[in-house]
Amino acid sequence: MIGNFDFDVIRRALPYLFFEGMRFTLTLTALAAFGGLVFGTLIALMRLSGYRLLGRVAGIYVDFMRSLPLVLVIFWFYFLVPYIGQWLTGASRPITVGAFASSLITFIMFEAAYFSEIMRAGIQSISRGQPAAANALGLTYSQTMRYVVLPQAFRNMLPVLLTQTIVLFQDTSLVYVLSITDFLGAASKVAQRDGRLVEMYLFAAVVYFVICSAASFLVRRLQARIAIVR
Amino acid sequence: MIEINHVNKWYGPSFQALKDCTTSVAKGEVVVVCGPSGSGKSTLIKCVNALEPIQGGDITLDGVKVNDPRTDLPKLRSRVGMVFQHFELFPHLRIVENLCLAQEKVLGRRHDDAVAKGMKLLDRVGLKDHAKKFPAELSGGQQQRVAIARALAMDPIAMLFDEPTSALDPEMISEVLDVMVDLAREGMTMMVVTHEMGFANKVADRVIFMDRGEIVEDAKKTDFFGQPRSDRAQKFLSKILQH
Repeated sequence: MIGNFDFDVIRRALPYLFFEGMRFTLTLTALAAFGGLVFGTLIALMRLSGYRLLGRVAGIYVDFMRSLPLVLVIFWFYFLVPYIGQWLTGASRPITVGAFASSLITFIMFEAAYFSEIMRAGIQSISRGQPAAANALGLTYSQTMRYVVLPQAFRNMLPVLLTQTIVLFQDTSLVYVLSITDFLGAASKVAQRDGRLVEMYLFAAVVYFVICSAASFLVRRLQARIAIVR
Repeated sequence: MIEINHVNKWYGPSFQALKDCTTSVAKGEVVVVCGPSGSGKSTLIKCVNALEPIQGGDITLDGVKVNDPRTDLPKLRSRVGMVFQHFELFPHLRIVENLCLAQEKVLGRRHDDAVAKGMKLLDRVGLKDHAKKFPAELSGGQQQRVAIARALAMDPIAMLFDEPTSALDPEMISEVLDVMVDLAREGMTMMVVTHEMGFANKVADRVIFMDRGEIVEDAKKTDFFGQPRSDRAQKFLSKILQH
């Protein structure tokens, strides 16, 4: 049966799969992780701020995002954003948002909810004496966060943040609902075109597996190194 | 320099940590605060630079009211050095960077000037060779000396010490106390929460004894270690001087 497989179809599709598909997947992963981390940190700071209203708003946001399937959010956001944009800008017709921009915003919003919980745990892992010492030296709240608390929180949480980013890398494949050509999307298109579903999906699985397990291995190595330094 | 007037503080609605505390520290004076654990001595010293808020009374620092909401607290705190029980060096920064951070970000000193100042102070506490290390590579006593140098780098008008030797192994206590004695002899205004009665005997001008959130005794050193004083202070002293 294996003799009927045409693995050459993979070789021929490689440039398309990687330069189009994987490039998109990696770009989306990197930008979404960065944006998610920035907004996630802000949300974490809101939740820990001591201002009850800010904390409530951030808490509701996180709970809301974590209660919805990602596919639904991607889909929903794509169709809703043009109308929200129209409403916000007062334009006469729904504004056009590209599929990439839409998916990027969705992933940032979604990941921010997860990253915020990681950063919150990271910030709470810093003993209260640290911000007290920083304050006693005359650092303001934002300086204390920027130079003392967040660098330590980030360092403590780096392995978890990276693991979450690996999950994000896999989750980006869900953009197929917007017919975007990410790595899986590209593989899928070739598979349909050439009628080589088994080969292409097998290959895609292998690529995801190799990348993710290699990344996980590196994260574990990093974790061990951090553990020694402390 | 430090005026504490009728200060009241509660933790939650029911527990009163400070009860009508009134005392002061004059310029150049060294005041030791002692008392059993839970007596509110650490709380009192943390109120002086508003790390803990107070609910009643007034605290004035060099003429500036600490508990006034309009007071620029970061600015005020930058003028008072504080040393903590658990050192609280920033573990992700090298020793010299620990000394430079606030100099640069708060006082706006140039990096080179901050480093020069930091190295001078590290030399003073005998740790110049450790400038490039991380805090975790130093012993407790060394870390506490760095913490003192870090506070001094801000050119403080007064220094607050919150049980600076309580977390140290016995053989490291004296190296920290030596630095503090030198500081006191140079005329630094100091408020020191400690159980080190030897230190108090050597350099303190006054000793304050606290119990259950109250200032029970506030006396000149000679009077405190001499005869007339309250029962509670007597009991406390007999317990810690016994061994």
